[in-house]
Amino acid sequence: MRIKLYDIAHSRAGDKGNTLTLSLIPYNADDYPLLCTRVTAEAVSRHLEYIVKGEITRYELPNLPALQFVCQQALTGGVTTSLTMDTHGKSLSYALLEMWVDTELMDTE
Amino acid sequence: MKQHIRIGCGAGFSGDRLEPALILVQQGQLDYLVLECLAERTIALAQKRKRQDPALGYDPLLERRIESLLPHLLEKKVRLITNMGAANPLAAAQKIVEIAQRLKLSVTVAAVTGDDVFNLLSGNETALETGKSLTDSGALVSANAYLGTDAILPSLATNADIIITGRCADPSLFVSPLVHEFGWSLDDSNQIGQGTVIGHLLECAGQLTGGYFVDPGRKDVPDMAHLGHPFADVSPDGTAIFSKVAGTGGTLTAATAKEQLLYEVMDPSRYITPDVIADFTQVRLEEIGSDQVCATGGRGQNRPNTLKVSVGYEAGFIGEGEISYAGSNALGRAQLAGSIIQERLQDRFTDLRIDYIGSTSVHRTNFGHYPDPYEIRLRVAGRAASLQQAALVGEEVEALYTNGPAGGGGARKYIHEVVGIVSTLMDRQKITASITVLKS
Repeated sequence: MRIKLYDIAHSRAGDKGNTLTLSLIPYNADDYPLLCTRVTAEAVSRHLEYIVKGEITRYELPNLPALQFVCQQALTGGVTTSLTMDTHGKSLSYALLEMWVDTELMDTE
Repeated sequence: MKQHIRIGCGAGFSGDRLEPALILVQQGQLDYLVLECLAERTIALAQKRKRQDPALGYDPLLERRIESLLPHLLEKKVRLITNMGAANPLAAAQKIVEIAQRLKLSVTVAAVTGDDVFNLLSGNETALETGKSLTDSGALVSANAYLGTDAILPSLATNADIIITGRCADPSLFVSPLVHEFGWSLDDSNQIGQGTVIGHLLECAGQLTGGYFVDPGRKDVPDMAHLGHPFADVSPDGTAIFSKVAGTGGTLTAATAKEQLLYEVMDPSRYITPDVIADFTQVRLEEIGSDQVCATGGRGQNRPNTLKVSVGYEAGFIGEGEISYAGSNALGRAQLAGSIIQERLQDRFTDLRIDYIGSTSVHRTNFGHYPDPYEIRLRVAGRAASLQQAALVGEEVEALYTNGPAGGGGARKYIHEVVGIVSTLMDRQKITASITVLKS
């Protein structure tokens, strides 16, 4: 089954210069392994190809549990000089939550 | 030593609501109130105001905030720590003394200075964002170092009712009263790391209590119109219980705390402040009651030898123009308008942006949603070296009234002067903080 991240997780975006941070927090801790498997840095990079121009690094926080994505060159220059509407990139948490993931984990995974 | 210290945060940015701080002071039984009012770029803008008038350069809402809070702070014996000094903590302290005199109140204010390092820069330092020298970005207008707890502590040792700073690290506004009250060693990295977790959770005020969290039907939060701001009860070992004043709106749960813990954090195992390289990876957030979350497990490593310096530079102007199309084929007419502007301006602007508000303007894509919107607002923005060039954008959009697609309405034009921000690192030994105490 394919579901949107919006249905199982929440997120908050933050900005540091031209770098975007995106948390991804499952409503149910049982979904954390699925997120770890499906929502890789590469998958997010493909999903956000129109938005993030640089490298994406993923950090795992099993204690919370949550994932944190740090996206370089994602804010068209950063808050003061960007020509975009949302210069902070504050709305981009909901761009991440638009991502579809397959919930069926293969035995080999 | 007290059993615990209660610190509230009554503002998470310069434009934040005024009343949550007042409620915290009146009903929150606080020991300390922190107002965090200084964003990355606001200090550069404040430096420009100071340049035009040496008595200005502090937070534009300082007067209103202090007037409403001061009688209650003094009555309830709540000490205020705030970075509302922005580019001019001394003038801010003077203004607070003036307000106290007008209200016939006795107040002592300590101003923390030393963050302004503009005169220590050559301009040849490397900008962290570009890898090039600072002056390559543009003419420099300001440079402010992020001071830490060590700079704020001497002011807490005075009997000042209000401590007012310029640029300092946001969590340090909260770590300093904890170090002052509990006698924590600044060399105890794990203790200061936990203090930094507390500060980071509180620093955005309403973002911990349901503000910027609520999503109706999915993440419901009650009574957002009266959102309460948070406080923490901190024990001498650093254990912190976060809550809010009973009867205020909002909610405080593990979920709101998780979003805030990771907000603007790059590497969660290395959150760098002037006080410590904090490690958030072992933090535990437990709901222990209604609107009560306990945070433990913050750790850290030795503080860095350099301080981050935020440098403002002149980045020219941005011109903008907007016009709306509505009804059948609204998007088609807006797109034609956009292509007309593109053709007319592309040779005169290296950086031009055309947005269709209602379709792709916010995320630069719509992930395959292609609705037929009833209305679309065309927005054009261009970066320009001069005011005159920036004005062209709005003029061209306005001219679409009689030279563009059918039914365009509600044209607006704007011009902004832009201060850009880059960062560099400076040896902390070069930076000397000091305090000035004023009385009414």
